[in-house]
Amino acid sequence: MDIVEELLKGNRLALSKAITAIENEYDEATEIMTKLYPHTGNAYVLGITGPPGAGKSTLTDKIAKEYRSQGKTVGIIAVDPTSPFTGGAILGDRIRMNSLTMDEGVFIRSMGTRGSLGGLSHKTADAVKAMDAFGKDVIIVETVGVGQSEVDIVKAADTTMVVLIPGMGDDIQAIKAGILEIGDLFTINKSDLPGADKLVREINMMLDLDSFMTDWRPPIQKVVANQGEGISELVGSVQTHRDYITEKGILDQRRTKRAKDEMLDILNSNLSRYIKSRIVDTGRLDSYVEQFQQHRADPYTVVGDIMSEMLR
Amino acid sequence: MDKKVRVLVAKPGLDGHDRGAKVVARALRDAGFEVVYTGLRQTPEQIAEAALQEDVNVVAMSILSGAHPHLFPKVVNLVREKGMKDVLIIGGGVIPEGDIPALKEAGVAEVFTPGTPTSDVVEFIKANVKA
Ligand code: B12
Ligand SMILES: Nc1nc2c(ncn2[C@@H]2O[C@H](COP(=O)(O)OP(=O)(O)O)[C@@H](O)[C@H]2O)c(=O)[nH]1
Ligand SMILES: [Mg+2]
Repeated sequence: MDIVEELLKGNRLALSKAITAIENEYDEATEIMTKLYPHTGNAYVLGITGPPGAGKSTLTDKIAKEYRSQGKTVGIIAVDPTSPFTGGAILGDRIRMNSLTMDEGVFIRSMGTRGSLGGLSHKTADAVKAMDAFGKDVIIVETVGVGQSEVDIVKAADTTMVVLIPGMGDDIQAIKAGILEIGDLFTINKSDLPGADKLVREINMMLDLDSFMTDWRPPIQKVVANQGEGISELVGSVQTHRDYITEKGILDQRRTKRAKDEMLDILNSNLSRYIKSRIVDTGRLDSYVEQFQQHRADPYTVVGDIMSEMLR
Repeated sequence: MDKKVRVLVAKPGLDGHDRGAKVVARALRDAGFEVVYTGLRQTPEQIAEAALQEDVNVVAMSILSGAHPHLFPKVVNLVREKGMKDVLIIGGGVIPEGDIPALKEAGVAEVFTPGTPTSDVVEFIKANVKA
C-alpha cells in the first residue's frame, strides 16, 4: 500500500498506518510527512486540556457531535499517560466516544505519552497534520493537563480550552500558573455538582489579575458534558475565538511561531540522533571520557572538533 | 524507533461481566503494552473499526455470556475484511472446552478460560504478535 496516496484518497487504514509510522519514528515517517505537508493547513485545531477525570473525553465526544451536526468532519487525538515504570498504558478515552466510532466522518486515535521528553508534542503535531491532510475540518487534541510536556502539546492548537471542575479545592492554585496563559476558553464541566459558581468567581479573579491580558477576555462557561448541556454555546465560543484571532492576525502569528518551534524541534531531534549514532553508540564518547580523565584532552576542544566535523 | 505493541481489549455483545477484561487490560499494560480499552457493549463492527483507527497489533475479546460462537468469528471476519491481515485475534472468558476448536478454525488464535494466569496471555502475545 502506498500510504500517502491512499491516505489522500481517503483510506482510513492508510491514515492509521501513517500515524503509527509517526509514533514509532519509522524511517518512512519523514518521507510520509514530506509528501503530506503540501496538503496541510486547512484544519482548525482545538486543544482540550485539564486534570484527569474533568470530563475532557465526554466533552470531546459531545463537541465532535456538534461539529458533525454542522456538517464538519472531525479528527480526534486523545493522549493518555504512559506508565514510567512499565512503559505500558491504558488508553481509555474511547470509552466516552463509542457512539462516534461508526461515524465515517470521525477518526479517533489514542496515543500514549511514551515518556519521550518533549518528543510527544512533535509527534502529536505530525499526527494532527496527517489528519489535516486526510481532510478533517476540525481536529480535537485531548490531553491531561499536568506537566510541561502537556502544555507543549496544546501549543499545537489554534484554540485551547481548559476544562476545570468544581470541588478541586486547592488544586486550582497548583495548576493555575501554567494554565492561565494557555486558556483561550475556560470550561467549567460538571456544573451539576455544587461549587460551579464559586469556581467561576475564582477564575474571574485570576483573570482580573492577569496583566498579559489582551483584548480577548477568555469566556468562562458552565457545562454538563455527560448530559450535553451547554455544548452548542461552547462550540459557538470556539468559533467566536477563531473569528477573533483570524481577524486580528493572531492565528497567523500563532502558526508562524508554531512553524518556527517545529523546525527547531525537528532540527534538534535530528541532531540528537546524529550524536547518538556517531558519538555515543560508536564508543567515541567513552574513549573521549577516558582521555579527559587522563587529562590528555578536554571536552571543550573535543566538542569544537565534532562541530567542525559535522559542519563540513 | 519506539515500537510498542498495541492491544485493543474489547467486550463484544451485551455481556456486562467486565472484571476479566479489566484484569487482562491491566496485566497487558504492566507488561509494557499500550492497551486501548473501549468498555462494555461493543458491536463487532465497532470493534473492527476501533482496531483500524488505533492500528492495533492485537484484538483481545472477552465474553462470559455464552455469545462467543457468533461474536468471535464475526469480529475476525470484519477485521480481515478491513485489510488487517496480520492482526492477532485472541479471546477469553467463560468458554466451554468443546467450543474452542471451532473458534480456532474461525481464526481466533487462542482462547483463555477462567483461572488462566495473565502471564500466559502476555507470553502468548509476545510469541505470536507480528509487530
Ligand atoms: C462476578 C460475576 C458476575 C458479576 C459481574 C461483575 C462484573 N462487573 O464483572 C455480576 C454479579 C454482575 C454478574 C451478573 C450476571 N451473571 Co455472572 N458471574 C460472575 C462470576 C461469578 C465470576 C466472573 C468473574 O468476574 N471472574 C473473575 C475474572 C477475573 O475472571 P474471568 O472473567 O473468567 O477472566 C479470566 C479468564 O477467563 C481470562 N479472560 C477473560 N476474558 C479474557 C479476554 C482475553 C482477551 C483474554 C486473553 C483472557 C480473558 O483471563 C481472566 C484471568 O484469568 C461468573 C462465574 C465464574 N466462575 O466465572 C458468573 C457467570 C459468568 N455469570 C453468569 C450469569 C448467567 C450472570 C447473569 C446473567 C445472572 C443473572 N441471571 O442475572 C448476570 C448477567 C450480567 C450481565 N449484565 O451480563 C454465568 C454465565 C453463564 C454462561 N456463560 O453460560 C456465570 C458463568 C455463572 C454460572 N456458572 O452460571 N455475574
Ligand atoms: N456529574 C458529572 N459527571 C460527568 C460530567 N461529564 C463527565 N462526567 C463523568 O466524569 C468521569 C470522567 O469523564 P472523562 O470524560 O473520562 O474525563 P477525562 O479524564 O477528563 O477525559 C466519567 O465518569 C464521566 O461520566 C458532568 O458534566 N457531570
Ligand atoms: Mg480522557
